[in-house]
Amino acid sequence: MELIKTADGLVIPAADSKIPEGPVAEKWTNYKDHQKLVNPANKRKLTVIVVGTGLAGASAASTLGELGFNVLNFCIQDSPRRAHSIAAQGGINAAKNYQNDGDSVYRLFYDTVKGGDYRAREANVYRLAEVSNNIIDQCVAQCVPFAREYGGLLANRSFGGAQVSRTFYAKGQTGQQLLLGAYSSLNRQIELGKVKSFNRYEMHDVVMVDGRARGIIAKNLVTGEFERFSAHAVVLATGGYGNTYFLSTNAMSCNCSAAVAAYRKGAYFANPAFVQIHPTCIPVHGDKQSKLTLMSESLRNDGRIWVPKDLETAKKLQKGEIKGSDVPEEERDYYLERRYPAFGNLVPRDVASRAAKERCDKGFGVNNTGLAVFLDFSEAINRLGIDTVRQRYGNLFDMYEEITDVNPGELGNKIGDTCYYNPMMIFPAIHYTMGGLWVDYELQTSLKGLYAIGECNFSDHGANRLGASALMQGLADGYFVLPYTIQNYLSDQISVPCPSTSLPEFDEAEKQCRARQQQLLDIQGNHSVDSIHKELGHIMWEYVGMARTKESLETALAKLKEIRKTFETDLYVPGSAEGYNNELDKAFRLRDFITMGELIAYDALNRNESCGGHFREEYQTEEGEAKRDDENYFYVACWDYQGNDNTAPALIKEPLQYEAIKVQTRNYKS
Amino acid sequence: MSKMTVTLRVWRQAGPKAQGEFKNYTVETDTDTSFLETLDILNEQLVEKKEEPIAFDSDCREGICGMCSLYINGHPHGPATGATTCQLYMRRFKDGETITVEPWRSAAFPVIKDLIVDRNAFDKIQQAGGYVSFNCGGAQDANDLPISKVAADMAMDSATCIGCGACVAACKNGSAMLFVSAKVSQFALLPQGQVERARRARKMVAKMDELGFGNCTNTGACSAECPKNISLSNIARLNREFIAAKCAE
Repeated sequence: MELIKTADGLVIPAADSKIPEGPVAEKWTNYKDHQKLVNPANKRKLTVIVVGTGLAGASAASTLGELGFNVLNFCIQDSPRRAHSIAAQGGINAAKNYQNDGDSVYRLFYDTVKGGDYRAREANVYRLAEVSNNIIDQCVAQCVPFAREYGGLLANRSFGGAQVSRTFYAKGQTGQQLLLGAYSSLNRQIELGKVKSFNRYEMHDVVMVDGRARGIIAKNLVTGEFERFSAHAVVLATGGYGNTYFLSTNAMSCNCSAAVAAYRKGAYFANPAFVQIHPTCIPVHGDKQSKLTLMSESLRNDGRIWVPKDLETAKKLQKGEIKGSDVPEEERDYYLERRYPAFGNLVPRDVASRAAKERCDKGFGVNNTGLAVFLDFSEAINRLGIDTVRQRYGNLFDMYEEITDVNPGELGNKIGDTCYYNPMMIFPAIHYTMGGLWVDYELQTSLKGLYAIGECNFSDHGANRLGASALMQGLADGYFVLPYTIQNYLSDQISVPCPSTSLPEFDEAEKQCRARQQQLLDIQGNHSVDSIHKELGHIMWEYVGMARTKESLETALAKLKEIRKTFETDLYVPGSAEGYNNELDKAFRLRDFITMGELIAYDALNRNESCGGHFREEYQTEEGEAKRDDENYFYVACWDYQGNDNTAPALIKEPLQYEAIKVQTRNYKS
Repeated sequence: MSKMTVTLRVWRQAGPKAQGEFKNYTVETDTDTSFLETLDILNEQLVEKKEEPIAFDSDCREGICGMCSLYINGHPHGPATGATTCQLYMRRFKDGETITVEPWRSAAFPVIKDLIVDRNAFDKIQQAGGYVSFNCGGAQDANDLPISKVAADMAMDSATCIGCGACVAACKNGSAMLFVSAKVSQFALLPQGQVERARRARKMVAKMDELGFGNCTNTGACSAECPKNISLSNIARLNREFIAAKCAE
């Protein structure tokens, strides 16, 4: 694309975002009415690579197969069913208005844009809200066993940032059931021969031929071989970059290497500083921990968050002299209900996380570290009875007990006539990344023929994602958006044969992968991959975490340079290039996490405002709320790779254009 | 939290065709650390000593993806009930204990390396019929067809299966009946699954037999060891579905 040079720097021309004409509510219909299609006989001649089998990847691969395209589908685990979408607990939003509580497509659109602190692309979000209802229909037809009422109709619950109940759920395992639904459709296409599935494969590079993405180099994780695959288009559905922080709610194999490979090939990376810190995770308990466990946001429907009002009580709790259930009602500070009366415990995640940090910073935190707050079910159990509460959250209570040895459904104390149950202890943790590869309205990156869907792209959640919207976006992209928009690109590719994998571009890409591998094996230093990754995570959390300042970000960038040096000169990878070698695969990923860490810090340093998950301490209101700067930062920050990892990336802006929604200060108080 | 030292007696096998053997490792850990994190600690020590770390599968580490396996002290997913290996904490073991760790042992799940096995056979069974044949986009409104809460809840209980393979590992015959029956049940209990009901039961059972899983003799070990407590009644339902399908042929 031809960038425009302005006094403010390089800008993406409005036309290249490909936002269709017309009022926001008609854009998607207009697009579909006028896009180019590929006829069934020609679809058979076209091949699409889909990397990833989470909600976005599996739904895209199966739907493209149903349409008649040939699909090559890759997953890093031993089965497509294990992609990390499976761990999503709470639910999926849709604007069905089955509860008759005033919901609509517009309201879901509005809540999502507001929840994202006015940094999402308006037209994309409207489309997301528009197709949300189709997703529920699709999933029910697949036999996804959503929760139902006794009358046989679907049940709903509430999630943060909304005043309606629009979240559909399957116990605390909604992601699992939706993913198994997409996996079942995928299996049908595999059986029919339209999708070829490659398990235990990891993408290492995207291959560009004549300026278009034409294939990938992927490593077979069992044999250790690099293999070449060619296609007419490549779709990345490889998730987010949360594991840059080492400790997160992401799975062990979640990584950003595919996205970083695309970035190194010239795809813009958008808004990397927008990282979601989820307020309700089980607190860190030691230095041996490998990951953090989320406690679903749905718990905030009935759970109340509090810390003691009194510092002395907090100290006693920290020392273990008293338990949470020993603190009577009048000595508890339900700080979310106090600060945000209109939304209470169901404020969005960024707001809830910051409020928890504020209390802990002031010394009111609990746990032996002082870094936790209580999530309490006493009121709900006293009101509804333990059976009803267990029916709703039983599996989460069990999960909590397995990890901490405390059962939140057990009576802790009786003070006067009031029963106090054991509260959970929770603390914020890295959970999701709103930033990602820049995509246009068609979900195409800045590289021709390369698409990014699901958490891998940046477009729909702005600076903060609302609960139950990740599942919605993954399935929207895969079932209902990409299968349309990719045809607009493929329609003029029907006479182009699928490229040969013997082209010099494939030779070169594979050669580079091998060279990088040999480099890693040759260092023979003294640091294990995990020890460097833990250090990286520590720096990211400390200096690029929940609260950032100019100084902290500059410190981070300096420290990350040292980390890179340690990695390049003193890493130790055992074993060889042949066969299964997990340490070697982790080393590849760590190299990209370090690049990602720098990218997050550069973006956070550039954005001199606070919005959503990005909180710069210099920019806050007197009440400690995020203070946006719409005059100077009402844009998507896209980062352009400058040829090597040691040079700072160049900033390119996509100015945001809001037509339907008035941009205003986010308010959850009244 | 209290510190503890355990001896891990771990199955090491260089590759699918290699001869395997048990090796003993002593590792210091604590009661609040998970079993897999203890294996991480051990691997970190092995890397420090420039030895090859133990290969094992795990991903979500919150009990839902089904990637982790391990036969620990004679039980798939270890001594805890209703939990996967990744949800197992060291407080379940005694200080000084020797813990035996093996891969799933079943003809249908060949060892890839050390504790990692190939469970591709499970995907193949699902591909044989674990779906409703319809294309995206044609579905009616989700509330047009009421479904009884009881049926939906029962379907959910069956659909909770995480496909880890513990049932096969626990079964003396290496049967996959619990896994297959959970999927067949989910569809059989819901109206959308009715059209292909007979075909699905026939095809999935045929595929299971073809892939070398053993027969079911109703010992119930699968259900007893299942980390998701999938009920044995699913197998009864599968038998009924299969016989009905065969009779209708």
